[in-house]
Amino acid sequence: MITFEGVTKRYADGTVAVDDLTLEIPTGQITVLVGPSGCGKTTTLRMINRMVEPTSGTIAIDGKDITDSDPPSLRRGIGYVIQQAGLFPHRTIIDNIATVPYLLGWDKKRARARAGELMERVGLDAKLAKRYPFQLSGGQQQRVGVARALAADPPIMLMDEPFSAVDPIVRAGLQDEFLRLQADLHKTIVFVTHDIDEAVKLGHRIAVFQRGGSLAQVATPQELLADPADGFVTGFLGGERGLKRLRFFQELDATEGAAEPADAG
Amino acid sequence: MIAMREPLVRWDWIGDHTGELGELSAHHLKLALVPVLLGLILAIPLGVLCAHWPTLYPPTVAGANVLYALPSLALFMLFIPYTGLFSDWTLMLPLTLFTLSVLVPNVVDGMRSVPEPVRQAATAMGFGGLRRLVRVELPIAVPVVIAGVRVATVASISLVSVGVLIGNGGLGQLFIDGYSRDFPTPIVVGSALIVVLALVSDAALVAAQRLLTPWARARGRTT
Repeated sequence: MITFEGVTKRYADGTVAVDDLTLEIPTGQITVLVGPSGCGKTTTLRMINRMVEPTSGTIAIDGKDITDSDPPSLRRGIGYVIQQAGLFPHRTIIDNIATVPYLLGWDKKRARARAGELMERVGLDAKLAKRYPFQLSGGQQQRVGVARALAADPPIMLMDEPFSAVDPIVRAGLQDEFLRLQADLHKTIVFVTHDIDEAVKLGHRIAVFQRGGSLAQVATPQELLADPADGFVTGFLGGERGLKRLRFFQELDATEGAAEPADAG
Repeated sequence: MIAMREPLVRWDWIGDHTGELGELSAHHLKLALVPVLLGLILAIPLGVLCAHWPTLYPPTVAGANVLYALPSLALFMLFIPYTGLFSDWTLMLPLTLFTLSVLVPNVVDGMRSVPEPVRQAATAMGFGGLRRLVRVELPIAVPVVIAGVRVATVASISLVSVGVLIGNGGLGQLFIDGYSRDFPTPIVVGSALIVVLALVSDAALVAAQRLLTPWARARGRTT
């Protein structure tokens, strides 16, 4: 479990990116941070691996304050996927994926074997192993990004709009595969998006951020749609559209015999 | 009286002097390339520092440009009291300073060519600062740095011949020889060899870059 307690991030110019955030991110689930741009969701994500240091408050992983470990070793235990993939252009696909195992001192053979396994797992053809990132499509690069984050089997994954830069059809495919992968892996995932549909599709829990860096609501997708906390959340859900989605969920639950009964508020 | 017209090139002279021409070419190359290497060794840390602390960049580049603006001959002469008239260093140290005005900006541009998401991903994967520099940033900077090395190399090969005015100019020696004897062949041959050295060095650098950075061939398509 990742816990934020009274966490504030104020920049030197006085801008408050995150304002007194208290939030629990449960182990083994997907928690989506969603909100308009500039609402502090990415800053929140980056505070977990100490890419950004909070001005005040504490962040703990399984009860252990993250400032107790030095940033590089903390980060090697936390997978990180970003929108632009951020692959190393000068390294082959297999070596990109093996990055963290190399950093952890695995020998080359073991690291590459592990990277090969992951390529298969995320649906990448083994033929791509010796290619360079520029030779891959956007969707393939994003898969490499996910595989790279998973390479050392970190318990936590931070994902910052990982599927936003690809076209909608590829995105839907990546989302489906991501859910399948997570069903096997049970990682603690913190997923940032500005797309409420993506949040509803992927999240066990959704934390809605509003401008000024404070939380508007934390709830399961169904709760959120059925009972938005305030006008901001309703507006962000898209008003009527949100209600339609809720009805869709309810019908789906009815036809599937309520696959996730506990979640329905 | 009919003046004997001296031909531009006496081919037999070349045949008679191949050994000497080879030695002069090798020496010329040494005088030109050692400064580029030394310049690179200086420019990499300077460029990295300038990329890291942007306020350092303008004064550093200004300094390098002032050095470059100095007449090469004047700079050679300034070094004579320290390195001696007949030392190669009298030529190579000023040439090293000249390369900086090209190499430092290229190292900085190379560092800036590292896409921000790549830098962040490296940090997030757990690269420490120095390891990130050596394993991620500098390798990605290589194509831009090599572009600067090519310019510096060709400039340096050409500048070495000025050194003949202080008695040590590699193939430039042939210019004095030809001029003093009113004999054009060495001048033409010296010039041609300098051009050949420049072209061969440049081709070698292009080949080195292809070999070092197979990933950079279609850079425009990288995201």
